[in-house]
Amino acid sequence: MSGAVPKVRIRGLAKSFGEKKVLESVDLDIMAGTSLVVIGGSGTGKSVLIKCVLGLIEPDAGTIEIAGENVLALSGRARRAMYARIGMLFQNGALFDSLPVWENVAFGLIARHRVRRAEARARAGEILGQVGLEPDVGALFPHELSGGMQKRVALARAIAATPEILFFDEPTTGLDPIMGAVIDGLIVDCVKRLGSTAIAITHDMASARRIGDRAAMLHGGRIVWDGPAGSLFDSGNPYVEQFTHGSREGPIRMELRG
Amino acid sequence: MNSILLALAAIGRPVLGLCRTAGRVTLFGLAGLSHLVRPPFHPRMFLRALVEMAYFSLPVVALTAIFTGMVLALQSYTGFARFSAQGAVASVVVLSVTRELGPVLAGLMVAGRVGSAMAAEIGTMRVTDQIDALATLSTDPMKYLVAPRLLAGILALPMLVVVADILGVLGGFLVSTTSLGFNPAAYLHSTFSYLETIDVVSGLVKSAVFGFLIALMGCYNGYATRGGAEGVGAATTAAVVSASILILAFDYVLTGLFFSQ
Repeated sequence: MSGAVPKVRIRGLAKSFGEKKVLESVDLDIMAGTSLVVIGGSGTGKSVLIKCVLGLIEPDAGTIEIAGENVLALSGRARRAMYARIGMLFQNGALFDSLPVWENVAFGLIARHRVRRAEARARAGEILGQVGLEPDVGALFPHELSGGMQKRVALARAIAATPEILFFDEPTTGLDPIMGAVIDGLIVDCVKRLGSTAIAITHDMASARRIGDRAAMLHGGRIVWDGPAGSLFDSGNPYVEQFTHGSREGPIRMELRG
Repeated sequence: MNSILLALAAIGRPVLGLCRTAGRVTLFGLAGLSHLVRPPFHPRMFLRALVEMAYFSLPVVALTAIFTGMVLALQSYTGFARFSAQGAVASVVVLSVTRELGPVLAGLMVAGRVGSAMAAEIGTMRVTDQIDALATLSTDPMKYLVAPRLLAGILALPMLVVVADILGVLGGFLVSTTSLGFNPAAYLHSTFSYLETIDVVSGLVKSAVFGFLIALMGCYNGYATRGGAEGVGAATTAAVVSASILILAFDYVLTGLFFSQ
């Protein structure tokens, strides 16, 4: 590996909830401009990992650096400044129910960048166009949209402020395969157009191969494999082999109790 | 000996839990208040909360106040008739409404209507990741969701109580003059001759405290919601019950502060 500083660098990340150790010691480097997909079974801590990186959950141990800056040491204004460099697509969209679509999309522009509301509304219309939605969708409320449209709006909100780093939490969950492919295509287009670094977590293998340049598998609180996303189905790693082929036989034992 | 320790532990656990919760609510309230004086501010959220709390609560508070005034006049008339003291009805109505019933009943009504809605809205935002989404959009959820509601609560309840005071007295006036045979001019004279500034001011101060408590419990329980729909339901119930109990407890404390000799 070259001596370049990774865009995101995670070392020894650990997080427990009571007795349950979710993350034991996660090490990851994500270089600028690459798309990393983290795969793993349900309950293996993928969402916890991403929320730790975002500062939404405080880890018990470890360091997280974004562009060389330790984000765990940030507070208040510095943390908000860090958030101005990132965009996040939540698993269920997490659109604000009480705001119309355009205001959801323009929220970061108004809150972070002090863009005037009229201008923000016009820009929200343009961004909605980039995710394949008509500008007049902006006047609707989130509950008036289908699941696929809500995901597109959530993607529009994530990319609105042209972030340096984009996070995607299960971007295709709850969508039919065609809409999942459409959302993946939009994600790839947006990441390339913005030149962003992307980190996605998913257990949808088709989605992982479409979105990622690289893939890493999280199991037992650690990264058990890290390699090109194209080699997910012939990785030679027993954990990845079992996971990608959906096999009951292998080193992964499903916990039937939490 | 062991059974004694077990019994003490059974008593101690809920007491410690109550202390922990009281501490958390206090810190949450102080954090919310601190955002009222630190920019950026969110005037749209404040106005939205004020309209929801003050304007849309007007019908329920008005109906409660007018019927309370009417019942109070009837009850005090029949009660005082035993001592031939019917002349005190006007003063009893106005003092009861302005000092106690206006603020307390308006507070309880708003706790049921608005406190529950606050807890449900913020609780739903919590379980659907909307609060996390706010943070990732460089917006402090305490500043955006909590501080405007606390300020709206402090200001909305006194406005409602002014209306409740007027309508409560009006209710008593209507019943007294139409059913109980009081002379309208004499009733009004009796009403205002016994009313002092402290009676109205104490009610308004109480209502500002009650408004803060309603918003605080609505926001705190919503913010602390865990789980899904069941968690939101539990938060809503907790917001109304805790706000109602706090209103009655603080009513006693504030009455003691204002009127103890």
